[in-house]
Amino acid sequence: MSGGAFGTEVTAAGVASSVLQVALTVAGAPLLVGLMRQIRARMEGRAGAGVGQPWRDLRKLMRKKPLAPDGTGPLFRTAPLVQVATALMVAAAIPFVSVRTGLGGAADLIAVVALLTLGTAALALAGLDTGTAFGGMGASREMTITALAEPTVLMATFALSTRVGSTNLPAIVDASLKDAGRVISPVSVLAAFALAAVVLAEAGRLPVDNPSTHLELTMVHEAMVLEYSGPDLALVELAASMRLAVLLGLWSALFLPWGTATSTGVPAVAGATVLFTLKVGVLGAVLAAGEVFMAKLRLFRVPELLAGSFLLAVLAVAASFFL
Amino acid sequence: MNVIGSALAVAAGCAGAAIPAAVVSPSWLRAKAAGTLTAAVGVCGIVSGAAALSGRTFTARLPDVLPLAGVYLGVDALSGLFIAIAGAVIAIVALYGIGYAQNGHDPGRASSAALPVFAAALLLVPAAASVSTFLFFWELMAVSSLLLILAEHKKRDSVREAGLWYAVMTQLGFVLILLALAWPAATAHGETFTAIRAAAPAMSPLMRGAVFVLALAGFGSKSGIVPLHAWLPRAHPEAPSPVSALMSAVMVNLGSYGVIRVGMDLLSGGSRWWWLTAMAAGAVSAVYGILQASVTGDLKQLLAYSTTENMGLVLLGIGTAGLFRTSHQSVLAGIALAAALLHVVTHSAFKALLFCSAGSVLRATGVRDLDALGGLRAAMPVTTAVFAIGALGAAALPGGAGFVSEWLLLQSLIHGLAMPGIVVSVVLPIAVAAVALSAGLAVAAFVKALGTGFLARPRSDGAARAAESPAAMTWTMAVLAAACTVLAVAPGLLGSALARAVGAVSPGGAAVSDAVGRRLAVLGSTLSPLVVVAGTVGGAMVVAAVLRLAAGPRRRAVPLWDCGAGPPSARMQYTATSFAEPLQRVFDDVLAPESDVDVTPAVESEYLVQTVSYHRAVPDRIEHRLYAPVIAAARWAGQAARALANGSVHRYLGYAFSSLVVLLVALAAIK
Repeated sequence: MSGGAFGTEVTAAGVASSVLQVALTVAGAPLLVGLMRQIRARMEGRAGAGVGQPWRDLRKLMRKKPLAPDGTGPLFRTAPLVQVATALMVAAAIPFVSVRTGLGGAADLIAVVALLTLGTAALALAGLDTGTAFGGMGASREMTITALAEPTVLMATFALSTRVGSTNLPAIVDASLKDAGRVISPVSVLAAFALAAVVLAEAGRLPVDNPSTHLELTMVHEAMVLEYSGPDLALVELAASMRLAVLLGLWSALFLPWGTATSTGVPAVAGATVLFTLKVGVLGAVLAAGEVFMAKLRLFRVPELLAGSFLLAVLAVAASFFL
Repeated sequence: MNVIGSALAVAAGCAGAAIPAAVVSPSWLRAKAAGTLTAAVGVCGIVSGAAALSGRTFTARLPDVLPLAGVYLGVDALSGLFIAIAGAVIAIVALYGIGYAQNGHDPGRASSAALPVFAAALLLVPAAASVSTFLFFWELMAVSSLLLILAEHKKRDSVREAGLWYAVMTQLGFVLILLALAWPAATAHGETFTAIRAAAPAMSPLMRGAVFVLALAGFGSKSGIVPLHAWLPRAHPEAPSPVSALMSAVMVNLGSYGVIRVGMDLLSGGSRWWWLTAMAAGAVSAVYGILQASVTGDLKQLLAYSTTENMGLVLLGIGTAGLFRTSHQSVLAGIALAAALLHVVTHSAFKALLFCSAGSVLRATGVRDLDALGGLRAAMPVTTAVFAIGALGAAALPGGAGFVSEWLLLQSLIHGLAMPGIVVSVVLPIAVAAVALSAGLAVAAFVKALGTGFLARPRSDGAARAAESPAAMTWTMAVLAAACTVLAVAPGLLGSALARAVGAVSPGGAAVSDAVGRRLAVLGSTLSPLVVVAGTVGGAMVVAAVLRLAAGPRRRAVPLWDCGAGPPSARMQYTATSFAEPLQRVFDDVLAPESDVDVTPAVESEYLVQTVSYHRAVPDRIEHRLYAPVIAAARWAGQAARALANGSVHRYLGYAFSSLVVLLVALAAIK
């Protein structure tokens, strides 16, 4: 069992690198969203609000008074907390900068996928809890997309796990670092495409969902969170940007693992931090640039995209058994 | 007689005492007396199961109990696991039933007397060690559960229909199991399991295969495996909720027990195609069950379909174990079997909880239709909270009981790479896809159940009148919820018990048991559900504290914004049907929903519409396509056979004479 090497042992350096990852994600995720908006604005010929605008928005929202809309219950209030907490947990667990994270016991691909789904489910329940037509509509659409996206993620992760014999993320990343050929194998390429489509769906990006839309017919994520305001909305926005950052980070950890520190030395970790920030930034920039040329899919065309990516993921698993 | 035997004897004694107690006691005492004695049966089950899981075994022959054959009992660790699960669920659900019966929900004399018998039969089926004993207890379980399903037959016509479906399916299943067990018993010249086990290697492969297929179909029909699941979504919703909980959390398990006992133990392994068949049936059941659950609008029917899904996953795990075993990978097979057994345990916990909380809702509102529920969280906070915990388990999300067992199932499938052969390379990816798809759809199904059933505002008078259930019900549900949470964060507690149960039916015995236990410990070290849950809860608390510091504790109550549209009415909410509509559209080709628009024009002009009625249903397609023709054919055969019986005695004598002649000719030809 190669996975056993990355078990639940907790070291000071591991905890430090987990804390570093969480701090990096919290601080960097709104900047990532700002960067993507800025790139998009420039490519569309607008001046743009600047990379720091999401942080300024969050600051403004945090200063407002919290509200309790009539007829909403405890689930409505806790859902943003759950979403942020799951994103934090995932940020701490995935080996972004070092394969020696402090949360070995949670650094499992299936657990990571399930945690992100838990956040989605919590927000969908909050949307239903408002009892408005929009809340229900957003929740229904979001759960349809999740129900089809989660299997794809599980399949793709499974394909990457069979070779290593473990779903332990540090073990998978470590194996690809030791054997670079693994990353460009057919299994990995198929899984990379499948996961890319799902990252778009889970993070609510074009062509699955338009994060800047306020048109009723096309809203998914925005429709669920219409009733949130002030600090609650700040949490929802922060969680959404963190999920985007974490998903891009997961993709880069699986398919562009180079530079991730395998030791706990300060120079290695510092270098890995810079490289990781760069990787996620470039991925975000590419995504933003791509979105300029893309229109949102009709809601009932989205399952076709997801079914396609599911098929790729099945092929990846089959390839991992055959090749 | 050791502790296992004594506990089983006490259980049988309690059940025997409960029958007269239920019959003679006055109605105010009846439910309490029957419930307490049934709970005692359950406690005995826990004791004997725990003793068997700690390594003891028990065998006994009681020649005078049943005429002709006598009773053979044999309890090993595998039986012990199923007895312990059954005992635990029975003990809690029986106490829940006492609360359920308060305030005019008395189940009546017959049901109160049948409940302890059913409970005892659930414990004794896994303890049986001969064909006749097994069949006797199996039939006792079937008949007593039928009586319990029919408890409310005076209130609703649909109960009678459900009872009929259950009776027919369970008896057909019994016939298949009878054939599957009697045939090898006849060949082995002995009806004890020991005799069959000894004679099995000498039987022809064809016969062993046929026996396995018969057993798979017979036991599969009890587990609700597609396509033999038709009774489950009818009977579980119509039975009183404590009975639904027992049936869905315990009785269906015994189908899985039967497949393991016959396939792996009595027939000791077998060929690859057996297990591929089991895997295929399991995978289809998992996906089809949860797909139906995600589009149905009836709360208890949703739970029943989810049972089909989970039993499908268990069968998938059993099939994988059998497949690995045919390649002599006994440790891998042990891990897969341990995953299946762990899923049996976790499913029992969360499904008992879900049916109990659904019962609490039904009792308070009189409504099962999710479209007409809603708004229960303020009136029924405990029920809502425990349903949420159960739903978390059923959706296989972290913090829920189902997550760990599905995780272990996927772990066992990952290691299938070590297996040779092209069949494995084709089958295992499909199995993974089935698990993944059912996991995704389960999230949607249970978000729907919790979100439209319990949150937002009430959509009917029944839901608006709801009040929290009596304390006897809420605390038993709280116990079940606590059990689910313990299973979710500390599944490692079960490691050695699972390893022993696996060892009991593995060819290597104790050696395999040890190896499986060690491997489970290694696997357990790579994922700590406790860390995941504690980290998430801790993170949420830190964020909440930060928020409180930044924004202050007080929230100002304001009207819903709803895009400025003003206060929305309850009819503007999303219902379960509308929630599931996109999914239904995506799986249109599989589900084949029926919709019907009926327009009645006014008399004066066809352009003036008087009424429009819209009707939509998602019928069970397999039931439509498979059962309808079979029922039609049976009916046709019955009608045609009426011509044979015209009432003439001469004709009947002629029939008797000709059959005698045919028989004699046949005998002469054979000799």
